[in-house]
Amino acid sequence: MRANRLGAFLAVALTATLASCGSSEPTESPEAAQSRPASAQGPVKLTYWTWAPNMDKIVEVWNKAHPDIQVTVSKQAGGDDAAAKYLTAAKAGNPPDVVQAEYQHLPSFIAADAVADLKAETASIKGEFSEGLWGLVTLGTEAVYGIPQDSGPMMLFYRQDLFDKYGIEVPKTWQEYGEAARTVRKKDPKAYLGTFSSKDPGAFTGLAQQAGAQWWSINGESWKVNIADEPTRKVADFWGALVKEGAIDDMPYFTPEWNKALNDGKLLTWPSAVWAPGVLSSNAPKAKGKWAAAPLPQWNAGESFSGFWGGSSTAVSAKTPNKAAAAQFATWLNTDPAAIELLVKEAAIYPAATKAQSALGAAPEYFANQPDFWQQAAAVSAGARGFTFGPNVGVTYNAFKDGFDKALQDGTPFTGAVQGMQDATVADMRKSGFTIAS
Amino acid sequence: MKRSERGPWPYLFLTPAIVLFTLFLAVPIGYTVYLAMLRTRVSGLGLGRGARREVFVGFDNFAAALADTELWSGWLRVLGYGALVLVVMLGLALLFALLLDSARVRLARFSRIAIFLPYAVPGVAATLLWGFLYLPSLSPIRDVLNVDFLDATTVTYSMANVAVWGGVGFNMLVLYTTLRAIPRDLYEAARLDGASEFQIAVRVKIPILTPAIVLTTVFSIIATIQVFTEPTTLRPLTNTISSTWSPLMKVYRDAFVTGDLYSAAATSIVIAAISLVLSFGFLRVVRNHAFREG
Repeated sequence: MRANRLGAFLAVALTATLASCGSSEPTESPEAAQSRPASAQGPVKLTYWTWAPNMDKIVEVWNKAHPDIQVTVSKQAGGDDAAAKYLTAAKAGNPPDVVQAEYQHLPSFIAADAVADLKAETASIKGEFSEGLWGLVTLGTEAVYGIPQDSGPMMLFYRQDLFDKYGIEVPKTWQEYGEAARTVRKKDPKAYLGTFSSKDPGAFTGLAQQAGAQWWSINGESWKVNIADEPTRKVADFWGALVKEGAIDDMPYFTPEWNKALNDGKLLTWPSAVWAPGVLSSNAPKAKGKWAAAPLPQWNAGESFSGFWGGSSTAVSAKTPNKAAAAQFATWLNTDPAAIELLVKEAAIYPAATKAQSALGAAPEYFANQPDFWQQAAAVSAGARGFTFGPNVGVTYNAFKDGFDKALQDGTPFTGAVQGMQDATVADMRKSGFTIAS
Repeated sequence: MKRSERGPWPYLFLTPAIVLFTLFLAVPIGYTVYLAMLRTRVSGLGLGRGARREVFVGFDNFAAALADTELWSGWLRVLGYGALVLVVMLGLALLFALLLDSARVRLARFSRIAIFLPYAVPGVAATLLWGFLYLPSLSPIRDVLNVDFLDATTVTYSMANVAVWGGVGFNMLVLYTTLRAIPRDLYEAARLDGASEFQIAVRVKIPILTPAIVLTTVFSIIATIQVFTEPTTLRPLTNTISSTWSPLMKVYRDAFVTGDLYSAAATSIVIAAISLVLSFGFLRVVRNHAFREG
């Protein structure tokens, strides 16, 4: 607490306003340039918001090859904050020209009229992506609101060495996962097979997708919201029971506490997405070479379904005066073989372009003991099912965090939290006037 | 000087202040009030151009903010937290100021800096630092004390601890500076009358300090009402802090997480009104007491 916080705030606001006054000149100049005759135009200048690592190195390659379209990278904090920041910038009237947009946030961007329709610019590259991923950037409408960049099919990451030590088989079904969890508690009372995070709605969404959930769908001119559907309740019940029994832990992901548990072998699995190697290598460096990846456990033996956690597209601002140039850059970034190779190597992403997925070579360094890592990922990816996201995912995800926090705290059933997500989502959509089919 | 002879000078000197006040206070407040009376209305799917427009709804958003039970629970939580912080922080600040001012203290300069130093640590950094000390497997103190710092009941104390740690130094400095300004002969006189150091502190120093104490209390009340950094920074570490733990967190959530700027604007005006009532109410209660001489 700071007594002079108001003063500090005013000072910050003052400098920020002054700074933005000072810098408003260059950002406006492309707009001014646009109105002049073509011959007088300098290079088109684009700003690009992204959180993927090393994106500036990739953009440098573009800038060298395209002196007429110069892109400046502005590195953002990822996750829900990035989406909030973009929406705020769009509302304030100074969004970047190009933005990295997570699939689940894209509908909110569209609903806020913050991203441009790229239908004409992307007609020729549609075939480079799987239908499922393409659906995530069109929402099943005629328009195209972004170009798929990466996808996050979920896999089960596990401590191979400790599984061997405790004599645990890699679980093929969720039922086996539950049994393995109990075994771990018996073999080492300080360790858990896994943890349920009430802070990561994205992970839960992926697990619900795997079970066959369809939270939103568009039917003609109305939305259908079905978050508390049977598959989702099944997933919630399963994890709720394991937590209540004490078979798995309830610490959130991505905390220092969690890092330490991963590092020290006190958490033996992490149902995560294909981008997990990057997280593990930076958050649990000590356990390098000890982790392995397998398909997610299934609800019914013999199936091979997965869901998506994360994944993003490259979208173009609705307000940009240089839509064509921006679309050209976004297309290059996600379909040009050289660009995709850089994305994989430098930005550590799992590319959305179908051809690129099968061309991935050496396994991530952290998984050096699993040379077929990318082949496994491709197999999992083929069986991953996603769904259309709704126009107010922020509300739904917030309800997830509050609801599951409370359920963990009070020891109440997780299905109550799922119902809370459904109710909050529908109430918010009704308040804004969306047409909802019940 | 007659009124007419002053010319335009007073207004010229006032201009910078008036311009700054208008730009950074009046205009934003006016805009917030304006926003608070709007709401988005979408039609059909709400996708694409023209599907979303702003409509005027008058005081609907205010009514919704006042009727929101979550907001009032937030006020209750902050009230408990604030009572804790105010009493402990200002109590410690006063105690330290008196100790530092007493003639016999050693290492005064060092203690002064040591107590003030936490204030120089930005709130987010301080909270993260304490957060690490609270987390079970990382904490060096948790096993010794055998308490869970982040469970549903203790988390308020843990947050208050961060606020007190960061705030004591600033408030102590305000009080200490006032103490240093008191003429020494007052103490001399008291000593000649046979007063002990303790009696001097209670009978002489504290009464003179009262206006400064009132000032720090008002500052602290306002800061407590706006508590945001501590719960927001601790939230990812535990499942005991909801997204609407404090009123200001609800404003942040509405504006930036669920994308409802209009409700956020209305709620922030309600918060401003309540802080106004609380701080002026407090001033009114203590006015006669604190500013007797004025």
